[in-house]
Amino acid sequence: MDRVAIIGASMTQFGQRDAWIRELLAEAGQAALADAEVSPDEIEHLYVSNMASGEFEGQTGVPNALAHDLAAMPAYTARIDQTSSSGGAGVYAAWQSVASGASDMTMLVGGEKMTHRSTAEATDVIASLTHPVEYKHGVTLPSFAGLTARLYLDTYDAPRESLGRVAVKNHKNGLDNPHAQFRKEVDLETVLDSPIVADPLRLYDFCPITDGSAALVFCPESVAREYTDEYVVVSGIGGATDTHVVHERADPTTMGGVVNSSEIAYEMADLEPDDIDVAELHDMFTILEFLQSEDLGFFEKGEGWKAVEEGVTDRDGELPINTSGGLKSKGHPLGASGVAQVYEIYKQLIGDAGDRQVDADVGLACNVGGFGNCVTTTIMESR
Amino acid sequence: MSDENPPMEANRYPDGSITYPGHPVGPDGEEPVGTVDLSAYTATVLTWTTSTATPPGVRQPNTLAIVEFDVDGEPVRAIGQVTTEEVEIGDEVEPVYCEELRDPDAGIREHESQEWDGYRFEPV
Repeated sequence: MDRVAIIGASMTQFGQRDAWIRELLAEAGQAALADAEVSPDEIEHLYVSNMASGEFEGQTGVPNALAHDLAAMPAYTARIDQTSSSGGAGVYAAWQSVASGASDMTMLVGGEKMTHRSTAEATDVIASLTHPVEYKHGVTLPSFAGLTARLYLDTYDAPRESLGRVAVKNHKNGLDNPHAQFRKEVDLETVLDSPIVADPLRLYDFCPITDGSAALVFCPESVAREYTDEYVVVSGIGGATDTHVVHERADPTTMGGVVNSSEIAYEMADLEPDDIDVAELHDMFTILEFLQSEDLGFFEKGEGWKAVEEGVTDRDGELPINTSGGLKSKGHPLGASGVAQVYEIYKQLIGDAGDRQVDADVGLACNVGGFGNCVTTTIMESR
Repeated sequence: MSDENPPMEANRYPDGSITYPGHPVGPDGEEPVGTVDLSAYTATVLTWTTSTATPPGVRQPNTLAIVEFDVDGEPVRAIGQVTTEEVEIGDEVEPVYCEELRDPDAGIREHESQEWDGYRFEPV
């Protein structure tokens, strides 16, 4: 079977940008086309991962806008919204379009414009994904993180400091990412002394609000060889959901969507968790890195915090996690994040990650929407 | 708790499970066979947080808890505001009615699309 390859990738500067959503998407789209040396008229399918351009900016219809801005007509387009995991869901849609034979050249662009809104407004736009019984109580994504972090620390007897070490590690990694929103090291004391946002979590346990965009170009491996020697293969991908109402999950410290999506991806790739050399996880909150690293099978349940404490997930550790700096340091423009995770793995696998480079042939990206409500896990391999 | 207050309504399904909120079908895919008013029960705090970065129209700070009711041996969880910031895991709480949990006109959600009253949890 002809495998699905990624032959080009880009990401814009993440952070507070003057550009609006159309401009951000076009910037990443043009850069990815240039990277892949593909002309716009070759694009057959064009997907845009975006959660809320209508709510944030009053701009809807972004896939068609992007098709025009890139001169990619008459490419088929669709917007992929799966909240924070829109990017991962876009990777799934792009993979599917090529794997099914519907498209021989697919572009995926993920992006979000958020920073023109206040933190309270942006938090509310994101919280609008919650069930009415959650929303009416003022439940937000950060509050889910606080609730889960307290339960995790209590259940597994993990020290508060272990969460802080995730922030310290990812900020250190982000220092070497030229596209990251924060290129600044933080020490554990700073994390633990920062203002409380959702007790026991503090400011540095959370990712920032971010503008940015990222893009990928997909095609069959047989077509990829015509363009480049530098490509990666999507060898496994899975998507899964968990309950909409978060408190209805049997174990609130387990993300069923991560477990189920990764099982599908591992089976498709015929790989085990031990085979993964590098991973990008959805550290929207520090606690999420523990939950995912356990639910992906990297570590036993309740042991993920120890791996961070022991340096296993450092850039020079046995299993580097979030070499890009993660959402924590790189920033989290909702629809772009899952695409940017795959960008990082792509760069690592083709050996073009610069100062962030690790030794890796197999990489994994796990993109989480809501509080584990929707998840896509993607496994990529060097050609 | 007063007889005039609306119930804190959970659905009971054929397999015996109960969910709050109710859904069109239960975990096994079967339609509900009845309802339970959770406001008649006390619950235990499973976990809690105090959120300081709250959205428009939400009290600040906002202490929230996930609690677990025991309805004749069947566990049922719920999330909601806590009446105080003084709460711990394992505390017993009772539902206390509140006419308006947040300002329905301040946030992004359409006012008429949902209800805004409900039950806070108060340590017993």
